[in-house]
Amino acid sequence: MVNLKRAMSVWRRNLTVYKRLYKSSMVLNFVEPVLYLLAFGIGLSTYLKEINGIPYIKFIAPGIVASSSAFAATYECTYGTYVRMHYQKTFDAILSTPVGINDLVLGEILWGATKGLIYGIIILFVTGISGLLNSWMVILSIPFIFISGIVFAELSIITAATVPGIDSFNYFYTLFMTPLFLFGGIFFPLDNLPSLITTLAFFNPIYHSVEIVRSLAWGDLKGSIPHMIWITAVCIALSILPFRLMYKRLIK
Amino acid sequence: MEIVSASGLVKEYNSFRAVNGIDFNIMRGECFGFLGPNGAGKTSVMRMIYCLMPPTSGRLHVFGMDVRTHPAEIKARIGVMPQENNLDPDLSVLENLIVYARYFGIRKREAIKRAEKLLHLVGLHDRINTDVERLSGGMKRRLVLARALLNEPELLILDEPTTGLDPLSRRQVWDMVKAEQKKGRTLILTTHYMEEAQRLCNRVAIMDSGNIVATGSPEELMERFGGNLEDVYLKLTGKRLNTETGEAYGQS
Repeated sequence: MVNLKRAMSVWRRNLTVYKRLYKSSMVLNFVEPVLYLLAFGIGLSTYLKEINGIPYIKFIAPGIVASSSAFAATYECTYGTYVRMHYQKTFDAILSTPVGINDLVLGEILWGATKGLIYGIIILFVTGISGLLNSWMVILSIPFIFISGIVFAELSIITAATVPGIDSFNYFYTLFMTPLFLFGGIFFPLDNLPSLITTLAFFNPIYHSVEIVRSLAWGDLKGSIPHMIWITAVCIALSILPFRLMYKRLIK
Repeated sequence: MEIVSASGLVKEYNSFRAVNGIDFNIMRGECFGFLGPNGAGKTSVMRMIYCLMPPTSGRLHVFGMDVRTHPAEIKARIGVMPQENNLDPDLSVLENLIVYARYFGIRKREAIKRAEKLLHLVGLHDRINTDVERLSGGMKRRLVLARALLNEPELLILDEPTTGLDPLSRRQVWDMVKAEQKKGRTLILTTHYMEEAQRLCNRVAIMDSGNIVATGSPEELMERFGGNLEDVYLKLTGKRLNTETGEAYGQS
């Protein structure tokens, strides 16, 4: 059982803290995506003019939008959640009010996805006004940036509920997130690679969210639909486990 | 009337029995203390009363409701001062209270009204916009007490309210706690300080290894077992401690 109003009180707690701190952290968060665009888009495109007939920087821009958003949600619900749970004991304080464990977990997931959405929209805007996105249809990707944020928040909560300590997130990032990022179709298309990589890409949520933004950025609604279905299905499929595992970690 | 009633209450962590089938009743308007060494099971009992974790077996009713089936309703009427100060370090004094009030569904305007009144009560009204991190230990403790009173609780749970405080801060907390009892609130307290128990509690239960070894008013217990409350406490819980230290000396 979940009470949405109580879940939103947790979400608003995180928003209150974010509003106090974003000034110092916001800019820093955009350095990385901009660096990727500069390094690959300008550096590499001196040698690599086009991919599938698209200027290289325009090829990677939608990928940077999708992946930055995914990483924002992931950071929030791994390190952020763990600090609130373990070091600040914020969860203990919250759970001694009428807010229950399920309300708390839902609030955290929605907050992680919201952060992904904030970063996704801002980078969408920045790449858009820089002329890197071709179609206004890309705006349709916004709800799916949020849904993909939920997917990464769910995966992160699952991890945060199971790690023995905060250092264990290194394994999660090195062995899981980095491969998803590098083989997510951001920097090169995956179609012509060995079949093992294309098969694995099917299970990679970054790949699907990149394809949604990229297809729509080129006005291809039809091409984005299978990926929208995939990301929504996975969002639903992962919706039980974070609650179960957090219950096990905090209550039992 | 009974505010809390427990019978055959058991809490197990994996195979470790932290609370070993205890019975107790706490009446409206009294201050009831749980005394005992670390690991005696006091905090486990507290956490079950404020529905942070369910009992493994046995019966536990608060306000006549089962803690397993009505946690949100019970928690709405309880104020908790936990052992550790789990305040939000990134927020100001007032923001801490507003955020916490929201978990109870208290709106901002009402929350500010209550917060200002409570900050006067605990002597922090001139710190209303101070960052929590800049408060002294005693001030943090008083802020946690103010936070516990935001929902105007019928039952106030104080888990080691003065551990680590200097004598002056301790007395300030005692006076505030006594004043709350006078207002008709029921109090449950755990402490290591016999002086604290003697000053505040109408009745105490002495716990050892998950069992209640004696219950009664401090005066009754002193009469029954002889000496002051500390002598009673050591007599009832100290045997194990003595042999342990004896062994440790013997080994070295």
